[in-house]
Amino acid sequence: MKSLAVTVVAAVLLSGCQLNGGKKALPILGERHAITKNVNGSQVTDTVYHTIPPIKYINQYGDSVDNKKLDGNIYVADFFFTTCPSICPIMQRNMLNVYNEFKNTPGFKIISYTIDPQHDSVPVLNKYAEKLGISGNTWWLVQGSKNETYQLAKSYLVSVQEKNPAGEYIHDGYFILIDKQKRIRGTYEGTDPKEVSKLIDDIKILKAEPAVKTQ
Amino acid sequence: MKLKVTACIGSLIVLLSICMFISCQSDEQIEFNRYYSLGNLIYQQHCQNCHGAQGEGLRGLIPPLNDPAFLKANKTNLACLVKNGLTGKITVNGKSFEGEMLPVDLPSVEIAEVLTYINNSFGNKTREVTTRQVELDLKTCR
Repeated sequence: MKSLAVTVVAAVLLSGCQLNGGKKALPILGERHAITKNVNGSQVTDTVYHTIPPIKYINQYGDSVDNKKLDGNIYVADFFFTTCPSICPIMQRNMLNVYNEFKNTPGFKIISYTIDPQHDSVPVLNKYAEKLGISGNTWWLVQGSKNETYQLAKSYLVSVQEKNPAGEYIHDGYFILIDKQKRIRGTYEGTDPKEVSKLIDDIKILKAEPAVKTQ
Repeated sequence: MKLKVTACIGSLIVLLSICMFISCQSDEQIEFNRYYSLGNLIYQQHCQNCHGAQGEGLRGLIPPLNDPAFLKANKTNLACLVKNGLTGKITVNGKSFEGEMLPVDLPSVEIAEVLTYINNSFGNKTREVTTRQVELDLKTCR
């Protein structure tokens, strides 16, 4: 009887190891729908996943950032503003861990969208990046049209709002993981170091994912 | 048997002396501990987001709170910095910082508690900051 219990426990433990260790795949988040198309005379049904729409932004070096520049990269996105007194410093502290882990990894980027582009001009973003101690082209702080950014946030499943009567911006502190096909593969509370550690693990899983043909 | 009795008496003596030591803690020490503990909670609520759990600040953006020279030089001004916020250039640990710290509207007793915590954490070691001292300092804000 005892040996049976040991066997059961061992089996459970082993299967647990397998789930965590081997081929764990990240989910694909957001809305999806099926399309049926005619390929070489036969009907093929395929799933179309939610993707991040084309973007047009300027980074802290004054360079344009669009979908083409992001092609072939996986990236982490978040929304912030440089004068944010509440959650941003914690988010930046945690994002620095992600940056330090992957700053020399080709094909990886971090995109931080400012939700206050009027104040956060390119020179302001440049100075902020310098003070944050980031350089090179791994972490881009980008600014663009405010309306576009607020719309874009929705497609990242993030909530941002205009200034409230007290003059504060309310925004989510989520870090969003995007794959090479611009699909959302994970959302992480950027103020929680544990969730950010999970993000770092998930980036490694995503990097190891075999290349798929783009839709 | 004898050994057991000796051990028993021994531990009793140790226990007694611990009790005596605790009850002998001065009122000042108890008051300090109270300020420090409450100050820790206020720090977590109002300061930690920016200045960090270890008072480490954030790179070149937010100054750390572990510069004894700064704390000493601004000793009578610290309460004003908390209450009224701060803009402009400051030098901490030999590094220059420029930004804005928003005012934190706390009653004097809570300012005293959080300053007691900061002045005795992160490697800093000074005496308790009293509520009376905070009230005096707030009258002469620069």
